[in-house]
Amino acid sequence: MSARHETLLWVAQRASAALLALCVVVHLATMIYAIQGGLTAAEILGRTRGNPGWLAFYSLFVAAIAVHAPIGLRPVLGEWLRWRGMSREVFLVALALALAVLGMRAVLGMFG
Amino acid sequence: MTKLQVRVWRGGADGSFQPFEVPRQASQSVLDAVTYIQRVLDPTLAYRFACRVGMCGSCAMTVNGVARWTCRTHVDKVARDGRLEIAPLRSLPVVRDLVTDMREFFDKWSRAKGVFRGARSRRDAFARVAPRSAQRLSVEAGIECIGCAVCYASCDVVAQNPAYLGPAALNRAWTLLNDVRDVTQAERLRAVAGDAGCHACHSQMGCTERCPKGIAPTASIAGLKRAAAKALLAGAL
Repeated sequence: MSARHETLLWVAQRASAALLALCVVVHLATMIYAIQGGLTAAEILGRTRGNPGWLAFYSLFVAAIAVHAPIGLRPVLGEWLRWRGMSREVFLVALALALAVLGMRAVLGMFG
Repeated sequence: MTKLQVRVWRGGADGSFQPFEVPRQASQSVLDAVTYIQRVLDPTLAYRFACRVGMCGSCAMTVNGVARWTCRTHVDKVARDGRLEIAPLRSLPVVRDLVTDMREFFDKWSRAKGVFRGARSRRDAFARVAPRSAQRLSVEAGIECIGCAVCYASCDVVAQNPAYLGPAALNRAWTLLNDVRDVTQAERLRAVAGDAGCHACHSQMGCTERCPKGIAPTASIAGLKRAAAKALLAGAL
């Protein structure tokens, strides 16, 4: 990979990490706040269904994960399994798509 | 006189440790112990040294599992129960005994564009560089590298990815990147930001922990990452 591609991945990794730091804090804080006094699936869905704010927040969360996780896995595959070259990149793009699709499926289920 | 039990690596990559007994001396360095073995006990022992005062960077070895400059390492500091285990540096091919082949280490300095290229000739006036400018201070922080390869042998990324340029070459590139007289910065940045370059660093700081000169190559590599990102965003990479 060229210097341009490597640096682009590095910037994407750092930017998605910054988003994740924010998203994880909001996610955990909301859970801790909402769970006081017990919580049911129906209650959660009652708050999230049709709420565009939560749809936007969790869509951003999923996008950040789909970008962040494959880039982080890339050097692990390279250094531990000696897996480099185009086949690794194809695998990681597939992983990013899978995370995005599965994540958005859950988000839309929560919204719709 | 008390004796030091010293196990020394003999042979090539598939060699083994050979035990020696070395008389204990006051203020004895690890290099003193190796030199005693070679001069008194076994003249066939191969090892490398030159200045003996921490300037040349040629006597680095693995002492009790840790890469160190042996001329400035006191036996007192590293011996465990009067025992030393001395091996060649990690991540470099072993030529024989304690001597490693340093070619790949220095070739990586070339690959990282570790050579200064200015635009002025001898007929031009001297370049004026403000001593307290941010760039000059960045150079100052990394310039005292003696090329001993202790950082390189202490780097787990080098151990896992042999193509990785390594802390010393990247630190060198960083000092040149901050040299306002140099005219090959774009080329250098492309050379150090590729597949085996600065972005491969995990910031584990093994290099910074072990550098005998107190340099922080991790900080230099972080500087290269930032410089590459800025160049990318400016469309100059």
